[in-house]
Amino acid sequence: MNIQAEPTAPRGGQPETVTATDRLQAVAAGRDVPSEVHPEVLEATPVLEIDRFNLWYGGKQALHGITMPIPNNKVTALIGPSGCGKSTLLRSVNRLNDLVQSVRITGDMRLNGDSIYDPRMDVIELRKRMGMVFQKPNPFPMSIYENVVYALRIDGENNRAALDEVCELSLRGAALWDEVKDRLHDSAIGLSGGQQQRLCIARAIAAEPEVLLLDEPCSALDPIATGKVEDLIQELRGRYSVLIVTHNMQQASRTSDYTAFMYLGRLIEYGTTSGIFTKPILRETEAYVTGRFG
Amino acid sequence: MNSDRQRPRRMRSSYSSLTAHGEPWVWLTGGALALAIMMITGLLAFIAIRGASTFWPVPLELVELADGRRALGEVSEKEEAEAATAAVTGRSARRLVRTANFEVSGKHYEWFDDAAIAEVSRPEWATALERLEGGRFHGFPVRLLHGDEVIAVGPEETWKAFEREHPAVRRRWREVMRIDRHDRGRLQRDLRAARLAVVQAGLDAGTAAANSASVSAAQAAAAATEQEVIARVNGRSAELDAQTAALRRQNEGWGLEVETADGIKKILPLEGIVRAWQPNRLSTAGKLGVYAGRWQEFLTDDPREANSAGGVFPAIWGTVSMTLIMALLVAPFGVLAALYLREYASRGPVTTAVRIAINNLAGVPSIVYGAFGLGFFCYALGGSIDELFFRASLVADKQPTFGTGGLLWASLTLALLTLPVVIVATEEALSAVPNSMREGSYACGAGKWQTIRRIVLPRALPGIMTGLILAMARGAGEVAPLMLVGVKKLALDLPIDGTFPFVHPEREFMHLAYLIYDVGFQSPNSQAAKPMVFTITFLLVAIIALLNVAAIWLRSRLKRRYVSQQF
Ligand SMILES: Nc1ncnc2c1ncn2[C@@H]1O[C@H](COP(=O)(O)OP(=O)(O)O)[C@@H](O)[C@H]1O
Ligand SMILES: [Mg+2]
Repeated sequence: MNIQAEPTAPRGGQPETVTATDRLQAVAAGRDVPSEVHPEVLEATPVLEIDRFNLWYGGKQALHGITMPIPNNKVTALIGPSGCGKSTLLRSVNRLNDLVQSVRITGDMRLNGDSIYDPRMDVIELRKRMGMVFQKPNPFPMSIYENVVYALRIDGENNRAALDEVCELSLRGAALWDEVKDRLHDSAIGLSGGQQQRLCIARAIAAEPEVLLLDEPCSALDPIATGKVEDLIQELRGRYSVLIVTHNMQQASRTSDYTAFMYLGRLIEYGTTSGIFTKPILRETEAYVTGRFG
Repeated sequence: MNSDRQRPRRMRSSYSSLTAHGEPWVWLTGGALALAIMMITGLLAFIAIRGASTFWPVPLELVELADGRRALGEVSEKEEAEAATAAVTGRSARRLVRTANFEVSGKHYEWFDDAAIAEVSRPEWATALERLEGGRFHGFPVRLLHGDEVIAVGPEETWKAFEREHPAVRRRWREVMRIDRHDRGRLQRDLRAARLAVVQAGLDAGTAAANSASVSAAQAAAAATEQEVIARVNGRSAELDAQTAALRRQNEGWGLEVETADGIKKILPLEGIVRAWQPNRLSTAGKLGVYAGRWQEFLTDDPREANSAGGVFPAIWGTVSMTLIMALLVAPFGVLAALYLREYASRGPVTTAVRIAINNLAGVPSIVYGAFGLGFFCYALGGSIDELFFRASLVADKQPTFGTGGLLWASLTLALLTLPVVIVATEEALSAVPNSMREGSYACGAGKWQTIRRIVLPRALPGIMTGLILAMARGAGEVAPLMLVGVKKLALDLPIDGTFPFVHPEREFMHLAYLIYDVGFQSPNSQAAKPMVFTITFLLVAIIALLNVAAIWLRSRLKRRYVSQQF
């Protein structure tokens, strides 16, 4: 991996002349800027390896040479100002961007060693190995029960007992079981926003995904529902590999093990959450996480 | 900011405040809506009032003229004298009276000038008689006769005796009709089927010369079967003849002698009287009884007298079954086409052109669809079906089976006519399904068709239903194309009935909208038919409303299930 070859600036001590936004200005000017990756990240076993990944929407490049390993069974947060390509990166992982006609990519990603962008890769099968939760809760127009077991249903699973078990496990896993166990066969549309989002998480973990992708799962929720979803992410920690996009610094610092800071389609700095929030290598990162910019 | 503070505040002109407040727009838009609602409810109320009042028993008035003539009837219209024209035309106020008794006077209705009328009264025993043939009869009951025997004399006695005897006579008459229409009809069909089987065997022999021995055996078998059927039918016919003859004998001789206002006496056979009432004696409850009875006849009986009397049951049946079959045909076609356009076809000039073409198709005059249906469905498609499967009927009776108008072809024609509506509505419904749902499904590992079937279609279903409702409303009220592809003035054999194979999509049928045209404009007794036109219109509007209410109810249920009211 070429990350290791990147020159790493000494921690803390930056030359006086470099201001907090130097690198970011360089990025904005279109120059290549190397990613700062903390060595702790490279020690963890990765579930997903993103390797020199570039993506274009038509003529416009949205991701520039992203190289980052996502550690197994950890929560990794993606932060950065809006429009910097966080969602794009997430949607590239399960190849949802294939649905956008103008998208073109180079580079690759590997899920537990399997190349995701291999032409022989069956996209449908690939997506079954991941779960995704979107910014706005999107429960399907069917019962709560059917929502949860959707992934199994489309796989042709019709064994009632198996479905029941998965349904209960997933809903318990999403901390929703107690609230809905008496109305599993009611429409999912009747749930509150926070419940709907947890239902979407239950749906995403029902098929035992290798990676769970969460795209700003709390941004459409009120503070109480947000708290519940955050608690849930805490619980998922250690059991699932989670890649979460968030706008909220507190959320990132509370819920994640690793944090990656992106800017204008580039990975700027990537390290453990405590590293990024307490002693970041770059002043730019410090400025962003403390809210002085962004 | 300093500069702002120093600038003088701009005064709002009254004009801008007016438009900003929007008062005129509220009035304009509200006024337009009120006008539209007034016109629609006015039309509906007019139809409902006229349609619902047709069967209410109106008093019979005895009009005595100055010259000694007398007439008995219902006043159906009054014309006030207009001072300005009265002097010129010499016409005073006048009234239109339904005098009935066509065979006596040669008129159903007559105008009387008020000036020429000496006296108007409502005699107690005035009786209105509705008959199977010959229209209404108005008069006073004189005697009830049974052959040479006189059962009752005098209005009161006669009326009592009539009310006692009439139901039994009618019941026997209905039984005779049932036997003639139903049982004998079935025998006729059996006979025809056997005869056609022989013809078919002959045709087979002509076409399959190679194996002539076995074919001629088939012919012989068919001929033998026909003999059997003929024997059976003859036997059964004789039985039925005996039955009907017995019933007819029982009815024979029963007659009601009635005296008209002019003093002419007539004996009306009892079995030919559908209903009789004495409106001037009736209490409100009695009137309600007559009213309900006439509605019941209207809804459940076959038409009589060139459709201007009796019921419209076959037309109700035809309208409803055609509309439903049309909906069943148009729904899958429209939805599939829209699915392709919206979900599969790539966006481009061709798709846009197809979409525009479909939209324009909705503007093609409906008669063009009728002509197309006649040429393509009836003649080309139906003709080929006849050639392939119903040659015998074609050869022996020169009678097409599918090669002429019928319920199936009419439904198909209307399905074609309403297809654009369904496609456009479905496309709109599909595009209203949020993309986040599709993405959520793909993210779960669903394929395209799985996503469409499990997520997109259920979610779009209420919108698709809206399209179907519009299509049904349009299809049920269409007349012009139907006249070409199978609607008939009179078709008493229902397309779905108890005879094998129960569904007869090739049969011609009746339709309420066509009936309006027929009764209103083709009837020989147009004055008497006028109220019928309103009643049929009322019924048609009610049926369409009912179908729509059912569909809307279904849609709201689907909506509650599938479409979120966010948070
Ligand atoms: N479907 C698309 N077509 C074209 N450009 C897109 C599309 N989706 C996102 N983009 C662009 O890609 C960039 C990154 O977007 P996104 O990944 O949504 O950012 P984020 O999630 O970090 O806010 C933005 O500049 C956005 O305008
Ligand atoms: Mg985003």
